[in-house]
Parts: sequence; C-alpha cells; structure tokens
Amino acid sequence: MMEPMHLQYELEGGNFTKAGFASSEIKKVLKQLNVDAKTIKRIVVSSYEAEVNIVAHAYSGIINAWIDNEKIVLHFNDKGPGIPDIEMAMQAGYSTASPAVREMGFGAGMGLPNIKNNVDLLEINSEVNKGTLVKFTIGLTPEMN
Amino acid sequence: MKIQKINELLNAEVVCGEITNDSEIAFAFASDLMSEVLTIKKDGIVLLTGLCTIQAIRTAEMSDIHCIIFVRGKKVSEEMIELAKENNIILLKCQYSMFKTSGILYSEGVQPVY
Ligand SMILES: Nc1ncnc2c1ncn2[C@@H]1O[C@H](COP(=O)(O)OP(=O)(O)OP(=O)(O)O)[C@@H](O)[C@H]1O
Ligand SMILES: [Mg+2]
Repeated sequence: MMEPMHLQYELEGGNFTKAGFASSEIKKVLKQLNVDAKTIKRIVVSSYEAEVNIVAHAYSGIINAWIDNEKIVLHFNDKGPGIPDIEMAMQAGYSTASPAVREMGFGAGMGLPNIKNNVDLLEINSEVNKGTLVKFTIGLTPEMN
Repeated sequence: MKIQKINELLNAEVVCGEITNDSEIAFAFASDLMSEVLTIKKDGIVLLTGLCTIQAIRTAEMSDIHCIIFVRGKKVSEEMIELAKENNIILLKCQYSMFKTSGILYSEGVQPVY
C-alpha cells in the first residue's frame, strides 16, 4: 500500500518550450510506481494533450495530479478564453488553433477526442472569458479499466 | 527491420542515440500532426516527420516511440538532442522528402500502422 501522492505544476500559455514537462514528470513517477506501460501511455498521452491545450489555447494554468493505489486523478485548470461549445470542441477535426500553434505541430482538432478515448472518466467545465477545467481519471489496476 | 538498415537505405545521419543490433522496427508512421501521432496504440514504430521541434521529441516520449527520422535535412536543436538523449530516443535525419522516405521504407517491407 502506498501513501496517496499529490503533484502540482504551473503552466504558461504560449510557452511551447516547456509544454510536456509536467506530463514527463508524471510519467517518471508512474514508472517508479511500476504501473504497466500501456496504462502509463494512456495517462501521459491524455495528460500531454491537456497540457498542450493550455499552452496552445489559454493564458496560464495549473495541473494537479492525485495518485493512489487504484487510480490517478488529473485536473487541468486554466485562465483563458474558455470553450464556448464543448460538444463542438469534442468533435474530431474541430480546431481554432492559431498559425503559431500549427507550426508547433498541433491544431488537428484531435486532442480532446484523443483524451476521451484514453481515460475512464472525463469532465470538462468551461466559462467563456474565464477559463477551462478538464478533469479525468484513469484506473491503475486491471479491474478498474 | 534494423534501424541500422533504415539508416543505410535513407542515406541518413545519426543525430543522437546508439544504434545497437536489437533496435528493430516493424512499423512506421509519417505525420507532422502530433495529435495524430498520439492516437497510435502500437509499440515499436518509427516516426517520420518534417516537424523539427521540441514537441516532436515530447510526442515520442509520451508515445513510447524510440526512433524519429527527420526528413528534408532539417536542423535539430541542442535542446531537442538533450531531451531525446534523456529519453533514449534515436534521432536520424535524411535529405529525402517525406514521400521518398516513406516509399523506400514501404518497398523494403516496413509496415504501415493503418
Ligand atoms: N484549455 C482550453 N482553453 C480554450 N479552448 C480550448 C482549450 N482546450 C481546447 N480548446 C478548444 O477546443 C478546440 C479543440 O481542442 P483539441 O485539443 O481537440 O484540438 P486542438 O488543440 O485544436 O488540436 P490538436 O489537439 O489536435 O493539436 C481547440 O481548437 C480550442 O478551440
Ligand atoms: Mg489540443
């Protein structure tokens, strides 16, 4: 039995050099906890997509991760323009990414659908001109998946 | 196919990483869209891309991709090399276009993901 763990990272909008740092740190922790490779990939792919979304679309943000024996819970909280129509944003191919974001290799409109395909529980709340909160949970044991 | 063989076929240059005899590749995927790369479930693929940014390395890190081939002789930054080394990712670069690179690997038996 391990002690529940809490990790926190700050993000800057527009800073693509650092995008992925938090997800990389989370990956290291999960590896140390001997989580199986396929589950780690589902977690870090989702985390990285959500992290890049903050860098690409918002002004600043905070990532909180809680890990216990059964699951990882991740919250991506940003200050930003918000998402006016979440249902539309969830559709594959929908993107408002700027040319600068596209130059970095993003803007296919696949990030949110990709998160949805990889996580066990997903909730997105957003307020226009305020920000967005993306929350998801992924089970760490085979029974949870 | 061994990465060594890929390197020869493409007339490529090893930017970083050790090409050992056990570096074996069955599948390749060619894309400049990182979210597209992030949908791939298969392991042991090689990524062909013209996107020569730090995010290409991050994407490989998250996707457990151990080899990236940068096409059209793009400049790989020190920062990218550092991050690739940290994650044991082999970086190759070749002068050929994405089309020619893909064509050569496909005709030599490297499998597509889809
Ligand atoms: N944190 C966020 N703040 C504001 N808007 C967002 C945020 N996350 C997503 N969006 C909106 O939802 C759209 C779809 O997001 P999604 O991640 O699916 O695609 P993308 O980021 O545009 O491209 P990709 O993820 O494929 O590189 C975005 O283009 C943007 O309009
Ligand atoms: Mg996205």
